[in-house]
Amino acid sequence: MSEPVTMLETPIKIEYEFTAGLAQSRYLKGISEGKFLGQRCPKCTKVYVPPRGSCPTDGVPTTDEVELGNTGIVTTYCVVNVPFQGQSIEIPYICAQILLDGANIAFMGLIQEVPTAEIRMGMRVEAVWVDKKDLGPTMASVKYFRPSGEPDAAYETFSEYL
Amino acid sequence: MAAASGGRRPVAVVSFAQSDMVRREELRNDVEVLQPVIVDVFEKVGLTKDEMGFVCSGSCDYLVGAPFSFVSALDAVGAWPPMRESHVEMDGAFALYEAWTQLQEDDIDTALVFSFGRSSMSELGRVLTLQLDPYYVAPLWPDPVALAALQARALIDSGRYTEADFAAVAARSRRDALNNPHAQVKGEQTAEELMGDDYVVAPLRRHALPPITDGATAIILAAGDRAAELCERPAWITGMDHRIETHSLGARDLTTSPTTRRAGEAAGVVEVGDGSGAPVGVGVDVAELHAPFAHQELILRDALGLGEAVAVNPSGGALAANGVMVAGLVRIGEAASRIMDGTAQSALAHATSGPCLQQNLVCALAAEPAGDGRR
Amino acid sequence: MFYFPAMAESDVLRAPHVIEYTYTRSTGPVIGAFLTGLRDGKILGATTPAGRVVVPPTEYDPITSEEVGELVEVGQSGVVRTWSWAAHPLKDQPLDRPFAWALVLLDGADTAMLHVVDAAGPEAMSSGMRVTARWRPAGERIGHMKDIECFVAEGAS
Repeated sequence: MSEPVTMLETPIKIEYEFTAGLAQSRYLKGISEGKFLGQRCPKCTKVYVPPRGSCPTDGVPTTDEVELGNTGIVTTYCVVNVPFQGQSIEIPYICAQILLDGANIAFMGLIQEVPTAEIRMGMRVEAVWVDKKDLGPTMASVKYFRPSGEPDAAYETFSEYL
Repeated sequence: MAAASGGRRPVAVVSFAQSDMVRREELRNDVEVLQPVIVDVFEKVGLTKDEMGFVCSGSCDYLVGAPFSFVSALDAVGAWPPMRESHVEMDGAFALYEAWTQLQEDDIDTALVFSFGRSSMSELGRVLTLQLDPYYVAPLWPDPVALAALQARALIDSGRYTEADFAAVAARSRRDALNNPHAQVKGEQTAEELMGDDYVVAPLRRHALPPITDGATAIILAAGDRAAELCERPAWITGMDHRIETHSLGARDLTTSPTTRRAGEAAGVVEVGDGSGAPVGVGVDVAELHAPFAHQELILRDALGLGEAVAVNPSGGALAANGVMVAGLVRIGEAASRIMDGTAQSALAHATSGPCLQQNLVCALAAEPAGDGRR
Repeated sequence: MFYFPAMAESDVLRAPHVIEYTYTRSTGPVIGAFLTGLRDGKILGATTPAGRVVVPPTEYDPITSEEVGELVEVGQSGVVRTWSWAAHPLKDQPLDRPFAWALVLLDGADTAMLHVVDAAGPEAMSSGMRVTARWRPAGERIGHMKDIECFVAEGAS
């Protein structure tokens, strides 16, 4: 008689048709045109990117669309040295929170073209996009961010967003 | 265990809102579906989210296939600065139960409860299979209709009801839904006409199944004097309880709902007085029963002892719109609305979860607070 | 600031999204023994303190929650307690042709087990009918509910 059964494998597979909704669709359309579109809260006037159609502070619809710049500030970062399954970027690499100019919330982005030892809070960065013909409604349209060469931002200008 | 009154702080439903219940939300994401409902539920009583003592939601991440989707849904309320907040991976009715218990603490007077679900994006039958026993049941991939049909057959075999009775429930639900602007499935067909439907999984024909529904709903609860300030006719919660049955389908009598009966007893709307042991509903003008399948309404009516005088599911019930994670909370909202609009003095709302009415919640509502009535 | 124009339905982005994962679940002693039994062509139940036999077995009495005692082999045939007819089988279900779902009370068991019955049509099914297990070939059994391919009417095999 063979060994007793002690494990049961239960594979699951569920297929969805994901619909992005209005705010995220507009954001991704903007991305496919090479620009970042945020939305402004009519109450507190903060600009959220990527937008979800609602102000997370006031709980009201964000009805005003705002085109943001291509540059921003590294508010904080980490250097990834750990390999993991499915990793597509060579380690070590820098993962940063980036506050786009004109936005009131930072989002996560990849930083390249800078040695890991030189990354710092306050560094000014710019988005590097794929070739125009390859742009699409996907975050893969933004290849990464890199130093813009501008002087670092003062801590007080982004401390609120940490 | 909850008792019917017993010195609890009186809590009432003071506001209720819901989206239109639709087959598919083509344009909006969860936050966008929820947002106008939240705005509406606050506007009805002139409150803001900053005045909420507690916020509790019910939803299921598997519906949209996005982990922690309930966290991003909080954007529809405005979760900053941090609020006292909780979430259940269940129908919003169970979130309301949690909020009701929180309101027993004297330090808060109001709570927002909401739930949302877009079932249209997923293979809903497969998503619901994931709630089943993962060793013995889920590996066979029975869909919810197949399991409900086992229950329906057992009910027919019991001699208590026939397929024509199921069709009569569906016909009445669709007719009543004509008066519900948010309902999805409505119409004037007779039971005889509906009996012409094909079987989906026999003995359940198309009309005995709930629609697949996208939608959202929200309720505001208030305690004591605050409820009376906010609402001319608050719908006081006079009792609430929920009970669950074994996970083993084959160990249950699927033709009865003992947990519904016991929850009803604990909520103070069911008495098992005489020697027959038959439950008798007491003090209920209107009952909103969360019966996703037509035959389940009959099982629930029997478990709650609801007589002919009780108006059952005047909203059309879950056969008219069955937002997964939403329809139970809507039942509480609809039952409360009958009290708030003056058409009923007392009402009962029921919510269910799991296969074949596995878990059941009963909420008793009245135009006057229960028992000692400290307000 | 400007109000953005209303979006047409065709402007909203859609994408297929697949969630796929294989859970590897430890079975524990009771479920493990049952699945081992299936692999070896036997069906086991658990005896409760009240002397009832729970099939498929759980570590606890599903009604009283008491711990169960010894595992006993039950019959491979039994009675259909209730059934439903799947005219259109869905993905991953046990049979790919029309079949019946059934709660089967096996001989010697006190609780019924969910499985399927291979039958020619709904007219061949009834509550109370006797059915018997049809097993997968021994070499294909792995300790899984689908080691029982289905049930068939007793005597039909």
